[in-house]
Amino acid sequence: MLRIEGLHTYYGPGHILHGVDLHIPEAKIAAVLGRNGVGKTTTVRSIMGLAPPRAGHVWLANQDIAGWPPHLIARAGVAYVPEGRLIFPDLTVVENIRVAERTAARQWTLERLFQLFPALGERARNRGSELSGGEQQMLAVARALATDPKVMLLDEPSQGLAPLVVRELANVIGRLRDEGVTILLVEQNLKLAEAVADHVFVMVKGRTVYKAPLKTFQAEQNEVKARYLTL
Amino acid sequence: MNFAGFIVAQTLNAFSQAAILFFIACGLTLIFGIMRIINFAHGGLFMVGAYVGYSTVAYTGSFWLSLLIAPITVAAIGGIFEKVFLSKLYVRQDAGAYLMLTFGLAIILAQAVHLIWGPQPRSVAIPDLLRGVVVILNQPFPIYRLFLIAIGAAAAIALWQFLERTRAGLLIRAVSQNAEMVHALGTDVALVRTGIFMLGCAIAALGGVLSAPLVTAFLGMGSTVIIDAFVIVIIGGMGSFLGSIVGSLLVAFVQVFGAYYFQDMALAIIYLLMLLVLIVRPGGLLGKEQ
Ligand SMILES: Nc1ncnc2c1ncn2[C@@H]1O[C@H](COP(=O)(O)OP(=O)(O)OP(=O)(O)O)[C@@H](O)[C@H]1O
Ligand SMILES: [Mg+2]
Repeated sequence: MLRIEGLHTYYGPGHILHGVDLHIPEAKIAAVLGRNGVGKTTTVRSIMGLAPPRAGHVWLANQDIAGWPPHLIARAGVAYVPEGRLIFPDLTVVENIRVAERTAARQWTLERLFQLFPALGERARNRGSELSGGEQQMLAVARALATDPKVMLLDEPSQGLAPLVVRELANVIGRLRDEGVTILLVEQNLKLAEAVADHVFVMVKGRTVYKAPLKTFQAEQNEVKARYLTL
Repeated sequence: MNFAGFIVAQTLNAFSQAAILFFIACGLTLIFGIMRIINFAHGGLFMVGAYVGYSTVAYTGSFWLSLLIAPITVAAIGGIFEKVFLSKLYVRQDAGAYLMLTFGLAIILAQAVHLIWGPQPRSVAIPDLLRGVVVILNQPFPIYRLFLIAIGAAAAIALWQFLERTRAGLLIRAVSQNAEMVHALGTDVALVRTGIFMLGCAIAALGGVLSAPLVTAFLGMGSTVIIDAFVIVIIGGMGSFLGSIVGSLLVAFVQVFGAYYFQDMALAIIYLLMLLVLIVRPGGLLGKEQ
């Protein structure tokens, strides 16, 4: 569903991504792991068109969306849940979702979103800035779903959340996969990644250096951790 | 002289003055909210509105038509300017570059008006329907000023409802909070930017047309009013629409009553007011603290 090949991205003169390769089959979850600053967020922003790659391909089904502007990438079916959630603070919960709704007849109606996230339904008229961290994260996911995505990019959704909320998040991510959404999950929280992922990728210094199905990763975990993940 | 009548007349005067100020300040603040730029050409666009209004009245004889033609013309000028020049600077995020570019437009507009209409002021007649005075508590009051109050209030309410209740208004508010996120959710932010710039230009032009019967259309009219508008935007809060309403009212009242009680000090009082607001609330009365 989503295949990334040889992605190179620069911030000004800084060469950040040196050939990232990822592949996520339809309705599967790939976790991308890696230490701080290895380029996980840059990878997600490159896919989304917010940090356009200078070389490489981003295949969405059989369309190469690399270099497209973000709004067309969103319309092609890629949804973005950014690091730090980036909820619109002065818009209400409903308005935050409405921003993402371009067309009327959709798979993820407001009703269905509020079934998936009952807590948001209760706070529908509250402003984004009045929500707790967990609620903001759920809203970021709901807002992304309102674009009716085929693929969802989640950048460290568990950051700063209590363990109970992280468990709820894991449930939601699992349900989205069951609904047919293909998910790229950037995480530092190994527990969450292991709870939901089908495939695991590890990045080091702007490259993908390891990929394996979850089972294999779990078998090799100690070695992989020691080599790529611990400081 | 009767005191109550005086107060009522001056209050109405201030409201009509606030209406004119609002037309220029609200566009300025909306554009700032979305683009984080100060449009120095806004006074020039207000002036062009007045002159285009003058010519429309001269050729068609209809003041009412000028209320339509001038905003459309100026919005087109603004739209082309934004698409061809301003939009090229968004990637640079350099306040100085914006300043130079919009200042350049202000100069070009002034020169263009000078070339097309000449140096002498052009007076615009008040339409028949709005000529004359009404007597309020024994004080004569121009009907045209009452009309300004009505149209200013109507415009403020209409714009507010537009921002709060329409999808375009929602996108404008969202872009002012996080443009990149709106872009990533599937909206072409460039369109929103051009749209808001054109809207701001159209409202400024409307203000120009409306003020021409009061002060004539003259070359310096933009620079007089833009200074007031900057003060209003700072007092009300950069980017705050409601702030531009409150700021316009405050400044107009200080101007009208200040001019009466402290003739020479009126200008100073406005700056004192601005200073006071900046000390108490650095982000403006309804703005975000930076
Ligand atoms: N806007 C930017 N301009 C210049 N350099 C940047 C910018 N954003 C990130 N970088 C650099 O790019 C590199 C990769 O950053 P990135 O945010 O992609 O890492 P990350 O893996 O997401 O890290 P973290 O785990 O801390 O979120 C870092 O060295 C960072 O300093
Ligand atoms: Mg990151």
